[in-house]
Amino acid sequence: MDSALLVHRLHFAFTATFHYLFPQLTMGLALLIVVLQTIALRRNDPVYRESARFWGKIFGINFVLGVVTGIPMEFQFGTNWSHFSSYAGGVIGQTLAMEGMFAFFLESAFLGLFLYGEKRLSPKAHWLSAVAVFLGSWLSGYFIIATDAFMQHPVGYATAPDGSLQLASFWDFVLNPWAGWQYAHNMSGAAITGAFIMTAVGAFYLLSGKWTAHARIFVKTGVIAGCVFSVLQIFPTGDKQGKMVTDLQPATLAAMEGLFQSQTNAPIVIIGQPNEQQGQIDNSLQVPGVLSMLTYRRWNAHVRGLDSFPKQDWPDNIPLLYYSYHIMVGLGTFFIAIMVVATFLLWRGKLFNAKWMLWILMLAAPFPYIANTAGWMTAELGRQPWLVYGLMRTADGYSKLVSSGNGMFTLLGFMGIYMVLGILGLFLLKREIEHGPVAGHDASNLHLATEAR
Amino acid sequence: MASLWFWIVAAMIATYVVLDGFDLGAGAIYLVAAKTNDERRRVLRAIGPVWDGNEVWLLAAGGTLYFAFPRLYASSFSGFYLPLTIVLWLLILRGIGIEFRTHVDSHVWQDFFDVIFSCSSILLAVFFGAALGNVVRGVPLGPTGYFFEPLWTDFKLGPQTGILDWYTVLTGVVALVTLTAHGSYYIALKTDEDLGRRARGFALLCWPLQFFLTFSTLVATYFIRPEIMDNYDKHKIGILIPIAVVASLGVMLWANPKGKEKLAFIASSLYITAMLLGAAFALYPVVLPARDHQYDLTIYNTAAGIHGLSVGLVWWTFAAVLVIAYFVFVYRMFRGKVQVGEGHY
Repeated sequence: MDSALLVHRLHFAFTATFHYLFPQLTMGLALLIVVLQTIALRRNDPVYRESARFWGKIFGINFVLGVVTGIPMEFQFGTNWSHFSSYAGGVIGQTLAMEGMFAFFLESAFLGLFLYGEKRLSPKAHWLSAVAVFLGSWLSGYFIIATDAFMQHPVGYATAPDGSLQLASFWDFVLNPWAGWQYAHNMSGAAITGAFIMTAVGAFYLLSGKWTAHARIFVKTGVIAGCVFSVLQIFPTGDKQGKMVTDLQPATLAAMEGLFQSQTNAPIVIIGQPNEQQGQIDNSLQVPGVLSMLTYRRWNAHVRGLDSFPKQDWPDNIPLLYYSYHIMVGLGTFFIAIMVVATFLLWRGKLFNAKWMLWILMLAAPFPYIANTAGWMTAELGRQPWLVYGLMRTADGYSKLVSSGNGMFTLLGFMGIYMVLGILGLFLLKREIEHGPVAGHDASNLHLATEAR
Repeated sequence: MASLWFWIVAAMIATYVVLDGFDLGAGAIYLVAAKTNDERRRVLRAIGPVWDGNEVWLLAAGGTLYFAFPRLYASSFSGFYLPLTIVLWLLILRGIGIEFRTHVDSHVWQDFFDVIFSCSSILLAVFFGAALGNVVRGVPLGPTGYFFEPLWTDFKLGPQTGILDWYTVLTGVVALVTLTAHGSYYIALKTDEDLGRRARGFALLCWPLQFFLTFSTLVATYFIRPEIMDNYDKHKIGILIPIAVVASLGVMLWANPKGKEKLAFIASSLYITAMLLGAAFALYPVVLPARDHQYDLTIYNTAAGIHGLSVGLVWWTFAAVLVIAYFVFVYRMFRGKVQVGEGHY
């Protein structure tokens, strides 16, 4: 592979992956905070209100990190992927501009009111500002998914005389069928991250014997949401997404599943390592017929393997794609298992005393991040070697005049800055979690108290 | 249709500079004008609830530019690869500086983030000015429609220009002085006591510099690109722009010592808008001039398809109305002088 191409791919992959650690939590938490605030408003319950405020602070720190790491994403379309932008900008410019005009302004305008305006606003107005932030962040997600959906499954475009893509039908493009299920799948994934983090902090407090009234709310809200969204993640959203890949990106499906030979009664690979040289899965454990069933709803359906596609149209990193996909599915199954058990314990009234389960819930915190990252790697590696599926190859899309050395320089620079951001973020989150949710330990009050001295 | 979008994007960029300009300028005077922790918190409170929304104008203007003129976005962003990446790093550091400062109650922590916030604000102002200088001066575009500029070459205006040469350094300094004055007027408007007085003093100091630099840049621009006068010759209405520049400079000089901070701030906003629209007026219909004029990027060879541009006009107008409503609402919520002891900053 051309080294400049590799550097530009890593550049986008690294910055996008790091960036998405933050929005997945803020989008998930935005939903849960609205839930907490709604309950607080309806029952006039101070513990719910304090809980919402506590999660608002965690949200705020993550939101800042999401904003500052998000700006480079928009810029990189021009800086690192200029040939792609020149080619497809006439279409995807629509959603990227709409994200700025509709979502970012909405979020930024109400975020300040939501985080710091509680004293100035009536409880209803404050609740509305939380809803506005939630809407803004989920809207932003849609515009990005619609942009990606065009790259996965281009619709609503026409080719201009100069060869570039132009918008032909706004509604076809914005309501891309690919975008609908991918959006549902992605947002459900974000809700899982939010739910697991909320649960984990609650479990930590319960195990430490601190702020137990708040901790119970965290665990209860997190477990119920976690259970609902873990199930939705597999069915219907994951299933429908898989069907779309089967129909529209059959080579991707074969590579994800490690299916080298076309066959009827196609097996699903539970474990095993793909071996590209030999065209087989080494050391595998397979269940016959399941892949045929999942893709075409018939045990004996014929599924196309990699051998039915020319090699230059295979995804260019099959092992990484295969592992990403299997990690995503494996973790998704694990999430359902622990959340169903936790919900059962919650229903029986035993969860808050079941130490073993609280330990599992606390230690599960990092895994949704891994699953969401692996999911995006599956989507983006699976689309290869195409940048716009079937229309433009990734090798043709990067900025030809930006050398690999310049790309490497800025990539290393981003890695350095992002490492510092990561450390700062973890440090500040640790402090907030130590401060806890109870009013009186509010950070701004603390500042005033010390100043008054 | 492409012409309409040219002016929409120009207006969005001007809005960005007017709005984010005052918080960049506040950052530039921050370390010197605000001496105590209490004063620094008041500066941060004056810009805290709005800086993020102001910066969204950069993203929205960038997104709209991408949507309306994708080839311009592709060419200019990859050509300005290095300075834009540095701008990104500065924006990251600045955001962190503003938002994370108050999280930890330690002087060392806060002093550290104060310096980060102020230095990144100053450098951003210079970079934005230099960027505009590059666009006015022209870049080494070839027949492919792409280019790549090093950070600097020999600081002369030869065929192989760098991002920084004597002209773009000059425009960078103009931007820094202009935004410092702009930020000073804003802080004078939003705070009182010593802090407000010092901010007013800064603005007074900036005025002669701003006056002198405005005219020297205009002269320099005329010498390196005499064709900037073409549009002004063709369309007599253009004369309103230099009149607005001179008038706003005059109002700033008159209003500031009288304590009419609001008027001075409005005049400064008008000055920035007039300068930027003046540049856009001179360039039109060129959007990125080449050193060799046959390769100029214009609205005609960079615009997206007509259908996309027409559809965009519908949702853009709708969104713009919403955006104005948000901004009016937020600025009303946080109107008046900032008080000690409320909010996060």
